[in-house]
Parts: sequence; C-alpha cells; structure tokens
Amino acid sequence: MGTLILKAATRLLVGLILVFSVYLLFRGHQSPGGGFAGALVAGTAFALFAISEGAAACRRALRIDPRLLTAAGLLTALAAGITAVVANKPFLTGLWWGWGHGAEAHVIIGTPVIFDIGVYLTVLGTILTLVLALEEEA
Amino acid sequence: MSASRSAKVRWHYLAALLPAGLFALLAVSLPATAAHQVLRWEIDWVPALGVDLALRLDGLSMLFGLVITAAGAIISVYSGAYLGPHRYAGRYQVLLQSFMLAMLGLVMADNLILLFVFWELTTFTSFLLIGFTHDQSEARESARQALFVTGAGGLAMLAGFVLIGRVAGTYSLTELLSRGDILRQTPLYPAIFILVLAGAFTKSAQFPFHFWLPNAMTAPTPISAFLHSATMVKAGIYLLARLHPVLSGPPAWTITLTSFGALTALTGALLAFGQTDMKRILAYTTLMALGMLTLFLGGTHTAALVAALTFFLVHALYKSALFLVVGILDHETGTRRLDAVRGLARAMPGTAAAAAAAAMSMAGFPLFFGFIGKEIMYDGALSMDFMPGSVTLVAVSANTLMTAVAGILLVRPFLGKPPQGQVPVHEAAAALFAGPLLLGGTGILFGIIPWWVARWLVQPAVHALGHDGPPLAAHLFHGWNMPLLLSIVTLSVGVLCYVGRSVITRFLRRWLAACPLTGDAVYQGALQGVQWSGRLPTGLLQNGSLHRYLFIVMATFVGLGIWRLAAGGQPPIWGGIPSLAYREWLLVGLEAVAVAAVVVTQKRLVAISSLGVVGAGLALIFLMFGAPDVALTQLLVETLTVIIVAVVLLRLPDLQSRECGDRPVRIVDGLLALAAGTVVAVMLLNATTPPLDRDVTAYYEQYSLLAAHGRNIVNVILVDFRALDTLGEITVVALAGLAAFALIRRERHRKGGQKWEP
Repeated sequence: MGTLILKAATRLLVGLILVFSVYLLFRGHQSPGGGFAGALVAGTAFALFAISEGAAACRRALRIDPRLLTAAGLLTALAAGITAVVANKPFLTGLWWGWGHGAEAHVIIGTPVIFDIGVYLTVLGTILTLVLALEEEA
Repeated sequence: MSASRSAKVRWHYLAALLPAGLFALLAVSLPATAAHQVLRWEIDWVPALGVDLALRLDGLSMLFGLVITAAGAIISVYSGAYLGPHRYAGRYQVLLQSFMLAMLGLVMADNLILLFVFWELTTFTSFLLIGFTHDQSEARESARQALFVTGAGGLAMLAGFVLIGRVAGTYSLTELLSRGDILRQTPLYPAIFILVLAGAFTKSAQFPFHFWLPNAMTAPTPISAFLHSATMVKAGIYLLARLHPVLSGPPAWTITLTSFGALTALTGALLAFGQTDMKRILAYTTLMALGMLTLFLGGTHTAALVAALTFFLVHALYKSALFLVVGILDHETGTRRLDAVRGLARAMPGTAAAAAAAAMSMAGFPLFFGFIGKEIMYDGALSMDFMPGSVTLVAVSANTLMTAVAGILLVRPFLGKPPQGQVPVHEAAAALFAGPLLLGGTGILFGIIPWWVARWLVQPAVHALGHDGPPLAAHLFHGWNMPLLLSIVTLSVGVLCYVGRSVITRFLRRWLAACPLTGDAVYQGALQGVQWSGRLPTGLLQNGSLHRYLFIVMATFVGLGIWRLAAGGQPPIWGGIPSLAYREWLLVGLEAVAVAAVVVTQKRLVAISSLGVVGAGLALIFLMFGAPDVALTQLLVETLTVIIVAVVLLRLPDLQSRECGDRPVRIVDGLLALAAGTVVAVMLLNATTPPLDRDVTAYYEQYSLLAAHGRNIVNVILVDFRALDTLGEITVVALAGLAAFALIRRERHRKGGQKWEP
C-alpha cells in the first residue's frame, strides 16, 4: 500500500487530522463534536498512517501500547466521576470551576470536560488496538 | 540472584505490615469484646435494598479476625522467603493480602449481603491463589474445581440469604440475632436451611463436597497453610457459628450437622492414612477437623459450642504450623514424599522443633494446647443433643487416628538416622522456620495458660453466640473424670495405631479400591455433562458461518418485530408520498443506486465502498433534518468502518457467486432482507405518527446551559446528564476491543502453530 502519493499525502494529512480531532474534542460542549467524534477522527488519522507506513511504524509513532490508552481513558473518566464523590456529591456530578452563576457564568474547566477526554482516550485506544492488530495480522 | 532482585525480595517482607497492623488494631479492642461489647461501624451503601457497609466486631469476629491477621502476617513473611525472587512474587503478595482483607471483611460483616460479597471475594482470590502456578494444567484444574464447587455453594447461600431477608425483614446480623424465632417457625425454614448449608458445606469441604480440598493442594504451600487450614475453609464454620443463634434448634439442624460432620471427620481421618504426600495427609486431617467443627456446631449446649470454638483455635495453630513445616521440607529437599527423607532433626533443628511442637499439640499430649482442646471436645461430645454416645465414639476414633498421623508426620522425616546416600540438607532461612516455630510455641503457651485463652478469646466468642453459661473451667487438670479417661484412651490407642499403621494402610487401600463412587468422579461426570449439553446447541447455532449468524439475527428481529406490530393492533398511517425538495430526491436516488451496487457487485472493494456511500447518505439525511452531531458521528463511524473492513477484506479473493449460496438460498435471503427493511419502515412510521412528547427535550433545553454550561445539548447529555450511561458504554467499548484483540491474536497463534490455551 505504500505508494508515493499516499505516503506524501499521509505526511501532510495526519498532523492536520490530529489537530482537528483535538479541536473537535474541546469544542464538543458548545458545538457539534465531542470526545467520541474526536476519537474517531484521530483513529482515522492513525489508520491512514498504519496503512501507508505499516503497523510497526504506527506503533513507534504512538509510543505506547493502544491498550494502555484504553485503560488510561477509562481511569480518566472514572476519576472525573469520583472527583464529585470526593466533593461530597453523587458520583459523576459535573463540577465547574470559574466565577459567576447561571447564564452569566464564566467557566474555565469542569469535570465533564475531563470525562470527555476519558471517552476520547478509551475510544481511540480501542480503535487503534483493533486496527493495528488487524493490520499486523494481514 | 542479582542485587536488585534480592533487594526486591526484601520489599516483599513489608507486605506483612498490613496484617500485622490489623492484628494490633484488633488486639487493642480485645478488652472491649472480652467485656461483651459489640463494636459497630456503618455507612449506607444501597439503603433501598437494606444493604449497608456495616462492620461488626464481637467476640466471634474477634476470635476469627485475630487468627486471620496473625496467620496472615506470618504467612506474608514466610512467603517472601519461600518464593524468593519469583517472577510473580509481587502478584502473589497482592493476591495474598487481598484474600486476607476479604476474609477479614467476611468475619466482620454485619450485613448478610455484604458477607456474601466478601465470601465471593475469598472464593475469587483463592481461585487465583490455588492456580498461582498456572503453567501447570493440574493447578489450573484444581483451581477451577475449587471455584466451581465453592462458587456454586456461594450462589445457593445467596438465595438462602435473600429468603432470610424476606422472612425476617432485615439483612442486618445484629437485628437478625433477635429474630431467630421467626426464622425457625417459618415454613420456608427447610429451604433456608438447605441453601445456607450448601454454602457452608462447599466452602468448608464437608462430605460429599470434600474432594476439592485435597486437590487444592497444588497451591503453593504457604497458600495452603493460610487458606486450607486457618482461614478460608473455616469460612463455612464461621457462617454456621454466626447463624447458630438464628437457625439452630430444629432437629433438621442438629441431625444434619452432627451426621455430616461425623462422616466428614471419619472420612478425613481414615483417608489421611493412605497418603504418601505429606501435604495431602495434612489436607485430609484438615477435613477431619472441619468435620469435628461442624459436628459440634450441631449441638445446642454451651459445652458443644465451647468445644467447637476452642478446637478452631487449636487446629488453626497446629495445622498452619505443620503446613509451613512441610513447605520448608519441600523447599529444602525438593520432595514432599513421606518416605523420601529421614532423620532431618539434626540438620534442621529449628524446623524440627516447630514440627515437634505442632505435632505434639495435634496428638494431644498434656501441656500442649491440643490436650486442652481434646478434653473440651470430649466434654462437648458428651453433651450433644443427638446420639451423644456415638458422637463421643466418633470423636475418640478421629482423635486416635490424628494422634497416629501426628506421629507419622513427626517421626518419619525427622527422627532416626539419615540413610546412606541421602543428599545433605541445611537448615532453612530464619524467615521460613520462625513462623511455624511461633505458631507451635503459641500452642505450648496456650496449653499452659488455657484459662487466659478461655477468658479473653473463647468465652466472648461463645457469648456472641448467645450462650453465657458458667465461666469455663479450662485448666490443665480437671480431676479424674470422663474426658480425662477418654484422653488417656485416645493417646494409648493412637500410639497403637501408629505402631500398626501398615496394617491400617493396607486395609484402607483395599477398601478404597472397592469404593464405587467418589465425589471427584461425580464432579467430573457433571462437568462432562455440561460440556456435552453445550456442544449440541453450539454445533447448531455457532457453526462458524457468518451467513447463518446474520440469518438467525435478522430472522429473530423480523419475527419479533412482526409479532409486536401485530400485537400493537394499530395499522401504520401512510401519509402519501411526501413532497421532497429535488436535492432530497437526489439523495434517495443515490442511496438506491448504492444499495443496488452492494447487492449486485462481485468485487469486495466495490461492495465496501458502496456500503460507505449508503452510510454517508444517511449522514446527509441527518444533517438536512437538523441533527449535525448525529450526522458527524455517523459519517466518521462510516469512514472508519470502511477503512477497517477494507484492511481485512482486501486480502481475501473476489466474491464468488457460489459463496453466496444457490439460487433458492439467495431468494430466501433476499426476502428476509426485504422483510427486515419493511419492519423497520413500519416501526419508523408508527414511531413518528403520534406527536412527540417534548417534556424531556424541554428540560434539557432549559438546563443545558444553566446547569451544565454547554450549548451542545447532545454532548451535555453524554458527558453530564447521563454520564453514567456513557461510562457504561465506554467500558463496553473497551472490553469489546480487548475481546476482539484476543480473537485476532488467537488466529495468529493458530496460524503460527504455537500452543494456545484459553
């Protein structure tokens, strides 16, 4: 599959797609996007890379085992939920840090964003686990 | 051993701090429980179901808790030296401490459901510990057997607990203790009794479930010392003791416990004789002890309960010490065979001293705690409600055999002269023999000051079972009475049995060979039956053909859909052909062409791409009707699916028409596809006809920004309002990914011809 055109295009595209996926992840709370969609986009980028450069190169570029990514994602989501328990609220209650209330609120960060990052990592890890395993198998 | 490795081993000794610290915590509370106080600690867990995280420390829990933590600390240190720089030594310690905590939770739980949770945790951790040497098929087999037998019993016990909860109206043990009469009089009593007993009998390896315990000896020896002598097998005993005030009394309780206990005790004591593996000998003598404990819990008088709880302590002390000694012999000489080594006492004085102290206690010589235990046992046996004469006879016979076995275990390997050519043996490391020495020494100490044990440990435990009685007269010398006479008989006949052991062994072997049915055989038969009955439907349903799987799934869907629609009674309302804009017609046309291409093409790539077009078209429809989030996700999933499927399928040859089956098969498939499409269409029509209830939507619209600071309601629902659902979903995603990964890798192993064991 490693044709010159694909390789050259991949070089250009992968970075752009990854930036776009992070953009999707963080804009999710206000506009279409979110952790799941972002992870799918990132998965596409890595799949493209794996097809053009080979699974081994993709693993090297990724640096860590995708299964670890999955586990880290689940733990992140869980941590976001447990934060509320530590603050003496029901599990997974959204906590926000910022100032003001209601429609006037200026929010900086909240546990739902962290939760969404967990979703992102879990889905990305799972996709990569499968894509790389299949690519190596074939 | 490299320096870093040995430094690592030293870290493993630190694990002992956990049980040692817990032991100290319990010991501090000793005056409170000795004064018959009950310490409770509680937080709500599932209040709607009456399930609380409630712990309770009374005399009974204290007795068990002290044994669990003390043995835990000793075994942790011992294991550090026993395993050395083992590859999985860290995993082992984690499992060991988890088991210890679960066991401690079990004996301190004040809620039946919580008790069940801890019970299953001990089952689970013990499964992993028995199968610790998982590269041996024997260890895996025994671990599985222990899991099946005790797990099945645990489930039965849960059913019994639920019945108790229904009848008594509470799961709290503290409240249950005052409601025993309700339980004893309910018509459900037999069901409760049998179910709870199933749990206790499987866990404590009572006849006819006794077979798993000797098989579990494939575990590392310190594990056997911990699980199979002092703690886990005593969980069933604990349960029987704990529920004694609530369930005992009816003849069913007395007769069942007495007779099964006696049967187990005699079976264990006799079978111990025929063995040559020292560890298996100990396993069978443990059966004897468990049987005696069950037998005494069948009694309702104070003397019987005192006997049970005293003997529990006696047995925990000497049996775990003996297990550890056998572990040392195995470690230093490489064999556990009784006839393999002789005369080790000179080379291993520390180990020999520990073995002597424990074995003398087991045999019941005066000045050892075992002697006191035996006196109290005979006292209890004479007070039994059900056939006291026979019970006393059983107790005397079993103890006699124990005396002989203790002699065999001590004299054979340690005394005498080492034969010519025996490989020289060295004393074990101090960390190995210190533990059994401490346990044996405690046996002597308790034998000299039995009144202290009675006052601080046994008496409060008996009080927790609702029996006050007169203060125990636990002294070395009770005066010339029946128990003392029986003790003398036991010791002297025991010595005779030791002398004539070859005769008994020969007789036993002949008798065993004639025995037609063993519990092990029944277990194996049942296991094969399950596999056989599973193979039939598996062969029918899961023949490996994707075509058949899809057919079954779709046919079920169509069948259920038609059934529901017919039951609904309302015919779908067809609003006529809707007026669509030209670009919408274009989309419909595109979808139709793509579907046709999927059906007709012989090229896989064309089929996959066409399917992608269908999915992308769907995304466009979502976009047109105002669901950008869904459209985005749909498009991305579609893209990724095409990529993944392409990676797999491009390696396969072109679709041949014969792969899709003969003409009749294809016609049936086509009809099914049409039917599935029709059912979905009708369902959609039905779903969209009545006006939508917008209450929920309105709620989200109102609060999305105010409460959750998000304008994208779809995302706010996913990560905030219904985050628990999402958490569940990503867990499923992760697990499904791992399962698929395992399957893909398995295929590789099979191709590579490597060994793969599930």
